[in-house]
Amino acid sequence: MTSTLKISALTKRFGPVEALREVSLDLAPGMRAALLGHNGAGKSTMMKIILGLIPFDAGGVQVCGAAPGSPQARARVAYLPENVAFHPALTGEEQIRQYLSLRGENPRQAPDLLARVGLADARARRIGTYSKGMRQRVGLAQTLIGRPQLLVLDEPTSGLDPVSRRDFYELLDGLAADGASILLSSHVLTEVEARTDRILILSGGRLVAEGTLPDLRARAALPVALTIRPAAGADAALATALPQAARGPDGLLRLTCTQDEKLPLLARITALGGQVADLDVIPPSLEDIYSHFSKRDGQ
Amino acid sequence: MSRILAIAGAEFRIALRNRWVAIATLMMVLFALVLAAAGAAPTGDIGADRLSVTVASLTSLSVYLVPLLALLMSFDALAGEVERGTLPLLLTYPISRLQILLGKLIAHLAILALACGLGYGAAAGLALWSDPGALAGLASLWRLVWSSVVLGATFLGAGYALSALSRRPSGAAGLAIGLWLGVVVLYDLALLALIVSDGGGALTTRALPVALLANPADAFRLFNLAAAEAVAAAGGINSAAGAIPLWQSAASILLWPLAGILLAWAAFRKVTP
Repeated sequence: MTSTLKISALTKRFGPVEALREVSLDLAPGMRAALLGHNGAGKSTMMKIILGLIPFDAGGVQVCGAAPGSPQARARVAYLPENVAFHPALTGEEQIRQYLSLRGENPRQAPDLLARVGLADARARRIGTYSKGMRQRVGLAQTLIGRPQLLVLDEPTSGLDPVSRRDFYELLDGLAADGASILLSSHVLTEVEARTDRILILSGGRLVAEGTLPDLRARAALPVALTIRPAAGADAALATALPQAARGPDGLLRLTCTQDEKLPLLARITALGGQVADLDVIPPSLEDIYSHFSKRDGQ
Repeated sequence: MSRILAIAGAEFRIALRNRWVAIATLMMVLFALVLAAAGAAPTGDIGADRLSVTVASLTSLSVYLVPLLALLMSFDALAGEVERGTLPLLLTYPISRLQILLGKLIAHLAILALACGLGYGAAAGLALWSDPGALAGLASLWRLVWSSVVLGATFLGAGYALSALSRRPSGAAGLAIGLWLGVVVLYDLALLALIVSDGGGALTTRALPVALLANPADAFRLFNLAAAEAVAAAGGINSAAGAIPLWQSAASILLWPLAGILLAWAAFRKVTP
């Protein structure tokens, strides 16, 4: 199958500043990719280039086999901007009806679409009276119009409560299962961790890491943290047995090791038998991996 | 076409909710009724029917009011979208920028047509009620209605262009008022000064007609007054009206809207969201 989105050596400058440098990316149908990066790392710039809203300086971008911003590409791509806004004087239903007409779809689908994002009761109210989360849902509803092949979502879950977030990711899973590719940016790394197939980390305009979470975890080779709760009266004995461990004020022993050392270390700890009351192994979180990759390049 | 109408429909609904339709209509009806009542006095002297006299007065009113209404409705059209942050999303839809402009134009023109139709209609009703012979002026009333809408289209286009250029509603509003003052008020004053200083010389006879045709508001006035010769006395720059053939002023008022839209399109194409 051909890729939905193909970016090769994309470079974009704003005056002397390089917003994006030699970024390459390939998204196959049905793939969900998360774009991570600090504010100003180039996420929104990259999305706007994919949508054809702003021009780029070098490299190539192909969206569904067409140039970004061309009528063919626009007909197949849905976008949710960061802090999506609508005219406050229109009702949710009127706004969605307009977007349906603009995509050449039947405007009568509007109530169904709004019901899918949980706005069935508010559809006749003006958007000016909506909360941020409700506006965000109107934004989501318009991305569902007309079976798009590529969804570009800039911070899609900002303003949504935890339950709505889960509903939203379920909606995305359904779209991806139907073959739509999804490129989303997010600050909430924990939800991205569970809900995407691929993670892309942008830093200072460069794609510094790309892959599945296990890939990135292995490549970062970050230390694994262990916490040990000593059995009553075994504090001193444990401290001697594990000289590298630091003892916290809460009485817990903390130590770190590399991935390779983890199993031998665990064997040593279990060999201590009754002296150990409890043991937790904490793998590096996505936050750790993210800051590892984005800091490496001088951010 | 359905896409253009989708833009137009939403735009009209927004104008309705923002009371723009009500404000524009009320303004036109009020001014037209006042003029119709006040303009009743000289009828006997001129010997023209009452409606033709009313149309002549309405022409002088529309020259100021229609451009003002058009600019007031259009200055926010693109700058407002930029400020609200609604433009980037709209531009990712499969609709061209020209289609967006045309959609807005259709909605705003419909509002102008409604306001002019009701306003002039009210004045015409008053004239017809008091003078049964006023039916003779219906043709000039119809001409006034459509040429007002066409004049409005010119200034709507100019307003969109200013809106796209300034990108902020406050800046666009200032530019729009400046344009209105310049084209509708100061331009005529400058021409008047030219006539006075030249004393009816070659400059007046040659440059003045061109200068009048080059301004959409003046061309509108010429067109309506020249077409209704019976009441030429009611106009300000009326002597010139007789010297310029009707087809020239008609061509000017019909070409200006095209220029306005092209200008707006050119400015809108430069907007990067």
